[in-house]
Amino acid sequence: MKHSNKKEYARYLLERLYQEIDRPLTVMEVCGTHTVAIAKSGLRDLLPEKMRLLSGPGCPVCVTDDCDLDYVMALARQEGIILATFGDMMRVPGTASSLLQEKSRGAEVRVVYSPADALKLATENRESQVVFLGVGFETTTPVVAAALDQAVQMELKNFSVFSLHKLVPPIMRVLLDDPQVKIDAFLNPGHVCAILGTEPFQFIAKDYGKPCVVAGFETTDILEALLLIVRQYREQSPAVDIQYKRAVRPEGNPVAVGFIEKYFSPITARWRGIGEVPGSGLELREEFAQYDARKRFPITLEPGKSRKGCACGEVLKGIKLPYDCPLFGKSCTPAKPVGPCMVSTEGSCAAYFRYRRQKAGVDH
Amino acid sequence: MCLAIPAKIIKIDGFIAEVDIEGNIKEVNITLTPEAKVGDYLLLHAGYAIQILDEKSANEIFEAWDDVYEAF
Repeated sequence: MKHSNKKEYARYLLERLYQEIDRPLTVMEVCGTHTVAIAKSGLRDLLPEKMRLLSGPGCPVCVTDDCDLDYVMALARQEGIILATFGDMMRVPGTASSLLQEKSRGAEVRVVYSPADALKLATENRESQVVFLGVGFETTTPVVAAALDQAVQMELKNFSVFSLHKLVPPIMRVLLDDPQVKIDAFLNPGHVCAILGTEPFQFIAKDYGKPCVVAGFETTDILEALLLIVRQYREQSPAVDIQYKRAVRPEGNPVAVGFIEKYFSPITARWRGIGEVPGSGLELREEFAQYDARKRFPITLEPGKSRKGCACGEVLKGIKLPYDCPLFGKSCTPAKPVGPCMVSTEGSCAAYFRYRRQKAGVDH
Repeated sequence: MCLAIPAKIIKIDGFIAEVDIEGNIKEVNITLTPEAKVGDYLLLHAGYAIQILDEKSANEIFEAWDDVYEAF
């Protein structure tokens, strides 16, 4: 590398972007880690006027439907159940409560770092049923599948998964088909693509003629990816490119994909603010029904009422920026979140609140 | 949520690897990367390795970009 440091290299990449961009481009990222990386770097203020960056439904916590969460909370309230969850889910509101509130009222909710920790909980608490709350995209699902595989091998009778796992390619198609959503290109999620590779995203280039570039998470990674997008437009050759080559191979991780396919099959899933999307969620396969918490602990719930005024749905689709929501920074803040995009640290609203409050109204 | 961090393998015992994450030693599961060997860098997510990092490719892209830079 001939540039002495990343700062100099970032400056060079920015110069190239300014020189080479020849049309307005709206680029959407579909990854919470990109949302935070872009907000933290201040890139939006540095990019050419013609380049607009939007955050899409890239945070699996944010897109979890409130009625699905109501089910999880009803489950957590049951006697003899220990609900194990990633910490990100604790404060996400359902229609009436959150897991944190349920825990404070006595529900057995435990935060774990890994599904392997949930397995350990099950082996240490044989008299209880441990339910792991499976939330996440293709990065996380194989990890949960690998834990399920261990549970099957250990013949664990007190471990199950409540799957709210979601798939990224189907929701990208929904965005591309929505006439209100105007996107010229995607920054593809780096770690989802480390698992999936590039094949599942080819339809974006082939059927919609839009570039997508798999990007890493350093500022220079993102700038390189944006420059690749500009060049794809200039050369009129939309394709799925990989900028993040150190972690992403075109074929992805076939072993991990094999684990997902062994344990899960696609179903219609509800995305918060977006609605039902066929084939965009994952449920446990029929042969593993004994590890499926929905089947083991069926609950009938009256549908709750979603919160009024919250624009998370439009924010998730890039139709509105967080500032455009009437609740942003007023009745909805990270300390007292109304919508999921403000709850998760990787949510668009939380990232804007943390890094761009002073820029309200001047975003391009 | 899809945050993943790199770590170097020090020792492997079955599907458990001992890794060095910037000086911290931790055990991780390598079920999803069965071809991992001692000395490899892994990408970790929620206690499991999800991919083996390719440092050569990482350098390649920078070299390619430097060639572009040279052309201007």
